[in-house]
Amino acid sequence: MEIFWFIIIAIVLAVFFVLDGYDFGAGIIHLFFAKKEKDKIVISKSAGLFWDSNEVWLVAAGGMLFMAFPNFYAAVFSGFYLPLIIVLWLIVFRAIGLEFRNQFRFQMWKDLWDKAFGVSSLLLALFFGIALGNIVRGVNLGGVIDGKAVYEAQNFFLPLWNSSFSPLSETPGVIDWFTVIIGIISVVVLSIHGSAWIILKTKSSINESLKSLIFKLNIVLVVLTIISLAVWQVVKPNALQNFIDRPYLIIFPILYFAGIIGLFLDKKFKKDSYRFLFSTLVIIGGITASLASMFPVLLPSTNTVNDSLTIYNTAAENYGLSVAMNWGIVGFILLFVYMIVQKRIMKGKIDKMDYGHQ
Amino acid sequence: MEDMLFYDRLQFAFTITFHYIFPQLTMGLSLIIVFFKGMYLKNGLEQYNEAAKFFMKIFAINFTMGVVTGIPMEFQFGTNWSKFSELTGGIIGQTLAMEGMFSFFLESSFLALFIFGEKLMGQKLHFLTGFLVFLGSWASGWFILATNAWMQHPVGFEILENGKYVLTHFSALFSNPWLIPAFLHNQVASIATSSFVVASIGAFYVLRNKKTAYGQLFLKTGVIFGLISSLLLAFPTGDWNAKNVVKYQPASFAAMEGIFNTEDAGAEIVLIGQPNMVEKKLDNKIAVPGILSFLTYQDWNKQIAGMDQFKKEELPPNVPALYYAYHIMVGLGTLFIALMGLAVFLLWRKKLFQTKTILWAIMFFVPFPYIANLTGWYVAELGRQPYLVYGLLKTQEGISPTVSSGNTLFTLLGFVGLYMLLGLLFLVLVGKTIHQGPKLLKQ
Repeated sequence: MEIFWFIIIAIVLAVFFVLDGYDFGAGIIHLFFAKKEKDKIVISKSAGLFWDSNEVWLVAAGGMLFMAFPNFYAAVFSGFYLPLIIVLWLIVFRAIGLEFRNQFRFQMWKDLWDKAFGVSSLLLALFFGIALGNIVRGVNLGGVIDGKAVYEAQNFFLPLWNSSFSPLSETPGVIDWFTVIIGIISVVVLSIHGSAWIILKTKSSINESLKSLIFKLNIVLVVLTIISLAVWQVVKPNALQNFIDRPYLIIFPILYFAGIIGLFLDKKFKKDSYRFLFSTLVIIGGITASLASMFPVLLPSTNTVNDSLTIYNTAAENYGLSVAMNWGIVGFILLFVYMIVQKRIMKGKIDKMDYGHQ
Repeated sequence: MEDMLFYDRLQFAFTITFHYIFPQLTMGLSLIIVFFKGMYLKNGLEQYNEAAKFFMKIFAINFTMGVVTGIPMEFQFGTNWSKFSELTGGIIGQTLAMEGMFSFFLESSFLALFIFGEKLMGQKLHFLTGFLVFLGSWASGWFILATNAWMQHPVGFEILENGKYVLTHFSALFSNPWLIPAFLHNQVASIATSSFVVASIGAFYVLRNKKTAYGQLFLKTGVIFGLISSLLLAFPTGDWNAKNVVKYQPASFAAMEGIFNTEDAGAEIVLIGQPNMVEKKLDNKIAVPGILSFLTYQDWNKQIAGMDQFKKEELPPNVPALYYAYHIMVGLGTLFIALMGLAVFLLWRKKLFQTKTILWAIMFFVPFPYIANLTGWYVAELGRQPYLVYGLLKTQEGISPTVSSGNTLFTLLGFVGLYMLLGLLFLVLVGKTIHQGPKLLKQ
């Protein structure tokens, strides 16, 4: 039952990053590459039409995590207090940028909110990567200093950084050089994904140059992936042990690399949707491979005093989990129906669609 | 520890108060939109269709605000109330997760279709999408109220040796005797808010002498919905809730009614007065004898327990706040009935659209249903104190042990600043939408 809910939540989270990922990515592209007013409008529209329904997936993931793994939810959300609240602020701020932009017609106003949208998208992409880095690296569970725990075994509190910025320190912070590398990977991946989305959904004038941008970013991604794998071995020896013990898990990293390879074949694409499909694979593969490398651990302990948090020691009782499985299945069937209905009615490029409250 | 609790509560109170400005409109407004769209299907008058689309624009702005301020709400259970989440997550996590699954997906998918899809799918389907948005927003209210009902009156669980609350009867969460009255009261209150908003916009158009046809339609719809919902707020839903409080939280009842001392027979109902916590009495009291006993038990002479009957630990720690919240809510509710009653009377006599005074009153009355809704929630939440889970888990036992008060104050200040900006955005957007108004029709 724990495994069932772990998989469901992983799927919902991955869907969230695929969906909201493209509008974060669109924000980054908007910040650095959109110069003409027409492109700016259509790119912010390509995010602005959908961001709120995409963020519903985050709410859903949060709710399910709360229900199925309450100990993990409680420990992680309070332990990563500051970065999480900052992410919430960025989400709100980004929404303000998107919704405010087209309210008044003078240039300074638009520039201001364009930057707000772009910068908060960039920071969110970075922070989500850093978050993944933190989960993979683990934390000092129980706040152990000199062999003594300050808090209860599953509790911790992370500062934003400590003076060494090292993941190997006894009390690592949220931001260190390992998590920053993962954060940058996240920015690169979401930029690719956002570009693919813009090409798929709009007729912006920079579509052609975005294609070559994807190619360049993809090379950067390969380099960063290799570096991160090497660094990962330093931070956590035996990081890849799980793939040797459970060889079937190798499917997840394969998805990731298949996505990257697919993106290199850009010139051969007959449809714009293939490009988006491959960048989706990269995201899903990246997230699931990271989770699979730890399974069944959810948050590793960096000290030897307290055990890591796993899906077993943080889960709710069996009765609750199995009841929830029943309504969960009904809910997902319904969701699937909505999505099909929505996709059938709202297909095609969005340039002509009404946007917002103008 | 004390100041950690204080800042955690302050942050939650601030963020939830700001958040609840938006859903209370969307839940009621979606019903009125369905009404307009339904009337259009029935009578084919283009005016009704445009009215539905106009209010869906207002709805969409509120929905967006609801989403961005709602995400922090869900996360705060973990960030600031981690002990509470850890102990009760197996139970309230159920209802909160169901909200995401059954309500938000429904609401967000079909809202987009309603706004963008009218030409693509025809009028009947367009009505259906509107109806599904309504269903989604009400489902959201249902699951949140189910969560809150469990905290007010916990059912269907057992407590393990390690202090964890474990769900034993899933269906009990939804057959909780606290839930149905609270849900109905809350939904009727949100209809009241949206009726006042609709009527207020109508009054604005009529007084400005622009879009008068729409103004009259909105006024008519708003005041009729407004009178019905205001009446339902008092009876039966308000009455029903009060009886639940007497039954399950008698200490809170004494505090919110301001009864310091138990009288032998026939408790009076307090209309005005200020709680004096030092002398344990109400200053400048105006009260009517016997009424409270009658309202509560249908017996003029029945005894009602005062605050002197309860131990200090069982009583809500902030009696004046609870007392004022309750009396503001009830006082405003009474005014709603009076104003809307008068407006409907004038409408019936065909004088409403010419009576400027009452139109001005309707236009400027719009903040009060919001205040009444929020104070109503304060009554529920302050009345539950000093518990998170009534009678079982104290509020101070639920906070995050690792998050210091300095960190919470930092984030609270951030939320205050950010939400001020968000509030400004909201006013600009709504103001612009109202200024543009629904599409004028060629006669």
